[in-house]
Amino acid sequence: MEAIILQILNGLDKGSAYALIALGLTLIFGTLGVVNFAHGALFMIGAFCAVTFSRILTLSHTVVDETKTDFLGNPLKVDVPYLHDLFGQATGDAIIDWAVPLSILFTVPVMMFVGYAMERGLIKHFYNRPHADQILVTFGLAIVLQEVIKYFYGANPIPTPAPQAFAGSLDFGAMLGFDPNLIIYPYWRIIYFVFSAIIIGAVFAFLQYTTFGMVVRAGMADRETVGLLGINIDKRFTIMFGLAAAVAGLAGVMYTPINSPNYHMGMDFLVLSFVVVVVGGMGSLPGAVLAGFLLGILESFASMREVLEILPGLNQIIIYLVAIVILLTRPRGLMGRKGVMED
Amino acid sequence: MLGLNKKDLQLMLIVTGLTMLAPFILNPFPESSGMAQFNAGYPDLMQRFVIFGIFAIGFNLLFGLTGYLSFGHAAFLGVGSYGAIWMMKLVSLNVIPAIFMGVIVAGIFSVAVGYICLRRSGIYFSILTLAFAQMSYALAYSVLTPITGGETGLQIKSTDRPLLSNLAEGETGRANLFGMDMRQSFELNVGDWLFTFNAGYYIAAVVMLVAFYISIRIFRSPFGLMLRAIKSNQTRMSYTGLNPRPHTLAAFVISGMYAGLAGGLLVAMDTQVGPERMFWTASGEVVLMTILGGVGTLIGPVLGAGVIKYMENILSKINKDVLHEWFAFMPDGLEDFIVFLVYPFIGKGWHLTLGILFMLVVIFLPGGLVEGGQRIGKWIKNRGKAKDTGGSTEPAE
Amino acid sequence: MGILEVKDVGKRFGGLQALGDVNLSVKENTVHAIIGPNGAGKSTLLNCLVGKLIPDTGSVMFDGQSVLGRTPHEINQMGISRVFQTPEIFGDLTVLENMMIPCFAKRDGAFRMRAIEDMMREKDIVEKAESMLVDMNMADKHHMHAASMSRGDKRRLEIGMCLAQEPRLLLLDEPTAGMARADTNNTIDLLKQISDERDITIAIIEHDMHVVFSLAQRITVLAQGTPLVEDDPENIKGHPKVREAYLGETA
Repeated sequence: MEAIILQILNGLDKGSAYALIALGLTLIFGTLGVVNFAHGALFMIGAFCAVTFSRILTLSHTVVDETKTDFLGNPLKVDVPYLHDLFGQATGDAIIDWAVPLSILFTVPVMMFVGYAMERGLIKHFYNRPHADQILVTFGLAIVLQEVIKYFYGANPIPTPAPQAFAGSLDFGAMLGFDPNLIIYPYWRIIYFVFSAIIIGAVFAFLQYTTFGMVVRAGMADRETVGLLGINIDKRFTIMFGLAAAVAGLAGVMYTPINSPNYHMGMDFLVLSFVVVVVGGMGSLPGAVLAGFLLGILESFASMREVLEILPGLNQIIIYLVAIVILLTRPRGLMGRKGVMED
Repeated sequence: MLGLNKKDLQLMLIVTGLTMLAPFILNPFPESSGMAQFNAGYPDLMQRFVIFGIFAIGFNLLFGLTGYLSFGHAAFLGVGSYGAIWMMKLVSLNVIPAIFMGVIVAGIFSVAVGYICLRRSGIYFSILTLAFAQMSYALAYSVLTPITGGETGLQIKSTDRPLLSNLAEGETGRANLFGMDMRQSFELNVGDWLFTFNAGYYIAAVVMLVAFYISIRIFRSPFGLMLRAIKSNQTRMSYTGLNPRPHTLAAFVISGMYAGLAGGLLVAMDTQVGPERMFWTASGEVVLMTILGGVGTLIGPVLGAGVIKYMENILSKINKDVLHEWFAFMPDGLEDFIVFLVYPFIGKGWHLTLGILFMLVVIFLPGGLVEGGQRIGKWIKNRGKAKDTGGSTEPAE
Repeated sequence: MGILEVKDVGKRFGGLQALGDVNLSVKENTVHAIIGPNGAGKSTLLNCLVGKLIPDTGSVMFDGQSVLGRTPHEINQMGISRVFQTPEIFGDLTVLENMMIPCFAKRDGAFRMRAIEDMMREKDIVEKAESMLVDMNMADKHHMHAASMSRGDKRRLEIGMCLAQEPRLLLLDEPTAGMARADTNNTIDLLKQISDERDITIAIIEHDMHVVFSLAQRITVLAQGTPLVEDDPENIKGHPKVREAYLGETA
């Protein structure tokens, strides 16, 4: 029993990432009708926003500390972050420690700008081109973005730790009445899951309760009619793209302590994200979220030692197997609209 | 002649000439010149040109004619390689049976994969192929390790005792064509130029010419017409009494067999294989080659394969020192600045150049290099014409 | 017994009864028009006849064989050719290639792997296609890119492609929709010529009364998913129920 709960918990963080990326993908596909192979790259850019912000915070200048000496006997040269100068050592360190959550403030405008630039600069020219062309050009863009990041940040993963306050693990099992130390779950992953749930909730609330959201939902259901009604859907689509980019970026930012950012994380997540979208049902937002969590948990279960003993390597292929089965038996996915893409 | 019309025959002869004379054409720079590193005429690279050319020709038969975009073709390349190397380890070191095995194994695999994936079309089809490709990679990497050698892959070992090869105790077999070792080369020195004639290359080149010829026949055949009809208007095709499904499956299997052929040839040259050959980005590479060269054309895929392999092997070797060498004639500040600008685009960053080039092609020149070449040719012709006629005007139509 | 027998066909979409109690008999070698106001179910009925939809109840028999559950290409091989509302042709191919495809389909069936021959060397196919183009007055266009033709020409090509298969039944779905007067008259003349000169049954769904009354020998009026009246054209013209269905009670 404890093992099952543990696996469910283990699947939640990856599942949250899948859900958020799939959510953005579905928003873009559902409203703009565009297949965006560069979406994984947006996730990656978000993660590197955290890295960049963290580096900005730790910008230092060298100071000579007369009171200490290095191993050669010379006065010690110490790198002192500017933040120390501004806020004193304790506060400065605290700010640096909280770099990852704080970078959210930095990431949102950056991602919205990136999304805006992508949409206005490239994507909007491909609204009426066939899906194959959209896939190709966004695939090319994903390669370019990946290479740019690699050029500026190097090819190695860059560890980006969570704030100290969240470094440990919660003894989940003890809370639920099990024996202690059976079900432990890192604090940060709980935070990540809660964070994702909040974002997902916010997106749904936005779509459900605002006029803007209503127009977007109408556009998702029938783009042509909305256009014919004289509503300037273009501007709204640009904003939607920025929003989807921000969601992907935020998913990336908070994921950095779990998986050190590296230049090909975008591509790594991209394939699985598309699989998630297709399983959930292309064009269905709840489907994308649901499928993201389900597949994350499924992958986690497939990684259990007991399972791998019987079926080695199952965890690598389980998601693809499920996708293939669903695509063949229920092509509209778990929650897609009936008749979408069925032929 | 050979069942080809005049234009196609011309193309065939040109391609034959280019491949046979490749050792000369690809080594235009003298050995001691600063440009010698741009010479592409060494065996490894020449082999890759024609082998990936075969891969791209097959992919083009599917994507170029029917419009079905598969992101999983590297799986067939990999399967062909695995099939070929097992043939070599178990039965014979002669490359012919190995290549055959590669084609057959890839063909069978593509029937199964195609049958499932083609039940859907459009983006669903693409994602299905992607899923299959990644699954195959994962299977090769960690599940089917007895057959695939897992992460390290497979190669010919000294302990391999192929049935039909008389190997001495402890001898490591070498891939050969009836005794002629693939690695045999003959070097010709003409002054400061060096030309290498490699057995493996010529064998692969002949195979490519045959594969190219077959692709021309398919393009011009009724089957080719049907495939183009599927891309143009699948609805009208169904309502005209034609069943699209067996047509697309046939195209899929043929292109899978081409990939298997390429995989088998790679093994014939290298006698090794690893799971990375099947990773989905390897499938992405053949997509890039075909589009860059010109999707739906005959020569496009081969051109694209050549350009990308050239960039991968030559462009990627240019580093900062080389750049400084080139721009040394400039004043120091300017030299550094230019190097700084150019550096991200070459060397290890060549993928960046590739990505940008690819995007430009998709956005502005969907017909790829072939279209680019045609446009340039037209522009040159028109300039000549304008000079002759002196700009006479015609009434607007 | 007509060549096309529709018996008790019904089709529901969720809460909407799109078709109910549809009984229709199309006699061989006649021109039979199906008319009715918007929403009457004409398109739904057509889709049931060509394999796109399966009715919930009833049967559709063509020449004694059931059409239900068959794929569109099977139904075509049975002898039914369909003309679409917006001309469906192979835009990327030349006019001649367009015409060769139905010729291949008729000769070789739904699938035949002919991957080595040069398609231009198939003399019988090329000749048949060329002669069909001559019949349609399009011989001069045979190397033209099909997508660059005018809509009227595309329509002619499409009809020609259907005729190339020598179908027993030609189904037309609002063929003159969106056409200017001149084109409409050309289409009427063409269809008249086809019906006079060939052994063929024509079923046409139409809105344009001028077209209907120029061509039809028998008319079925569909309203709210069910046939209202079926009769010869003269009797339909003044029929009170028909007027009511189209114009409402006040007219």
